[in-house]
Amino acid sequence: MSAVFEQIFQVGFLAAIIRIATPLAFATLGEMFSERAGVLNLGIEGIMLLSAMTGFTATSLSGSLWLGVLAAVLTGMLMGALHALFTVALGLSQHVCGIGVTLFSSGLAYFLYRLIFGQQSVPPSIKGFQTLPIPVLSDIPVLGPAIFNQFTLVYMAILAIPLAAFVLYRTPWGLSVRMVGENPRAADSAGVSVIATRFQVVILGGALMGLAGAFLSMAQFNAFTFGVVSGRGWVAIALVVFGRWDPWRSAGAALLFAFVDALQLRMQASGLGHIPYEAFLMLPFIFTIVAMAFMSRNAVAPSALLKPFRREER
Amino acid sequence: MFRLEVRSSTPAWFNLALPLLAIAATLILCSGLIALAGAGVLDSYGVMFTASLGDSYAITETLVRAAPMIFTGLAVAVAFRAKFWNIGAEGQLLAGAVASCFVGAIPMPGPLAILLMAIAGAAAGAAVALVPATLRVRFKVDDVVSSLLLNSVIYYALMALIEGPWKDSFSGYPISPPIEDSANFPVLIEGTRLHLGVVVALIAAPLIWFLIARTTLGFRIRVTGENPEAARYGGIHVERVLLSTALLSGALAGLAGVGEVGGVHFQVMSDISPGYGYSGIVVAMLARLNPLGVVPAAIFLAAVMTGAEAMSRATGVPAFLSDVIQGTALLAMLVALLFTAYRIRRVGASS
Repeated sequence: MSAVFEQIFQVGFLAAIIRIATPLAFATLGEMFSERAGVLNLGIEGIMLLSAMTGFTATSLSGSLWLGVLAAVLTGMLMGALHALFTVALGLSQHVCGIGVTLFSSGLAYFLYRLIFGQQSVPPSIKGFQTLPIPVLSDIPVLGPAIFNQFTLVYMAILAIPLAAFVLYRTPWGLSVRMVGENPRAADSAGVSVIATRFQVVILGGALMGLAGAFLSMAQFNAFTFGVVSGRGWVAIALVVFGRWDPWRSAGAALLFAFVDALQLRMQASGLGHIPYEAFLMLPFIFTIVAMAFMSRNAVAPSALLKPFRREER
Repeated sequence: MFRLEVRSSTPAWFNLALPLLAIAATLILCSGLIALAGAGVLDSYGVMFTASLGDSYAITETLVRAAPMIFTGLAVAVAFRAKFWNIGAEGQLLAGAVASCFVGAIPMPGPLAILLMAIAGAAAGAAVALVPATLRVRFKVDDVVSSLLLNSVIYYALMALIEGPWKDSFSGYPISPPIEDSANFPVLIEGTRLHLGVVVALIAAPLIWFLIARTTLGFRIRVTGENPEAARYGGIHVERVLLSTALLSGALAGLAGVGEVGGVHFQVMSDISPGYGYSGIVVAMLARLNPLGVVPAAIFLAAVMTGAEAMSRATGVPAFLSDVIQGTALLAMLVALLFTAYRIRRVGASS
């Protein structure tokens, strides 16, 4: 048994957890922001896929990784703006629009990818991000190589968590976001533009979802495949609920899921255990559904979630 | 000058005009992608039309493709009528497929097998849909998120089955063992794939329409969706109606899976549904949640899907155009629905 533990819990394992958690952290923070302002974005799965495609394509054509990241972020912002146009400006139902955005974005991603790269027997790949060890810190035993010898995007995700918490809880804009999500009527009376704030937040959320997509196709897999996102957007939806719409807890939830996922991959690779790996992949969804039942008693979800705001309606 | 006015009622011809408007807008918007691919727009749409609806064989193929979307479209339409936000038709379809495949693999006389497959599939779909409905009724859990997340749970359960106990030990492929030959749905026209399930789907639509429009349960479903307070005041047990709606909706989605197993694939694999559950949302919205409208809406999407493959072969435009059309159609329809809420009125200069 101890040999098993040694095999599983080593530096590579810790590093793998951090790597798996990164796109989930970006996506979860993006979804969390959006929902804190009262807008559920079910477009996340498609937005991540389309961003992964545009990021990969931009890098593949230009040779520049950062240009790819920029393309992915801009894609995310654009699709966020589209979702906001439908749900915030026009006040259409958020869940149906979100499914529409996901269907549209993933369709567009498949279409454009096939148009640009054709059907190749070996999918084209790029030289993706390389790890960038941080001097001194990466020499810390165990934790150093696991956390401080990673891709730049990983460091960005780690910094994004306290930044998101700071913006949400300590800035006037963050206060507006929370007001708009809890009580848009009061926010409106206080002179906060509900429409403008929601637009800004959904676009910001889209940018973060874009980073998540960029990480998948440009750091984790270095290629775009049709299954590159494979449900990670839905995982993020679950993690936001599981993390009770809080940046720290949501990020923690992403880390916990990454741990379970990494464990599952290790067990599969080493041929250990007889539990099917799907059982692990199911866990975040089951946990979240159960958690929702318990949480509903002390309503922690933003009160105005799913409710469109129209000024003239009283 | 023009002014937006809130509209209290909509004329009946809107039910037909709005989807047609949305579809026209979609085809115009997507023609940009065809032009981008360097093909002729009219040529491409022409190939798409002929290949999906141009001759009797093509029509049967399109109907075979439409059948699961008629069922998921009905599932979503029924649920949305009661404002039970069932985004989980995909998972309910998969559950129905698994259950019917399990039953279909047991040797027994054909008609009995088909009947039991349908019952098992409908029951499995209903059971899955009951989860988000129960959570909503008992714990006030948001049904959008819980029904969506259940899709992933069911998908991984299916994967665990076909990569575990169901895995074909001979070939090593992650597919379930086939159902018995006797359980294969009869083909209705020799030389085509038009199976019994397609006819059942076509009959189900008017039956569900009757149920919604003419029965007490249908009345309760509509009132619960339109005004739950009034429903409660009028003595309707809203929670019970939501649970019944979920059972009906889930059973219909489950039947979509039954048809795919019994009439098309004869076994279960990971990609047995290319997102028919989500397409059901597109179908239901295009149909304006009217069960009768579900049939043409599903045939439209099915024609786009079958047509896109032929178009791709003929013109080189990627067949994924059908996925873009599907997403665009949903968004266009949602925008078109604004015309039901508002009207644009010309206001005279004097006023």
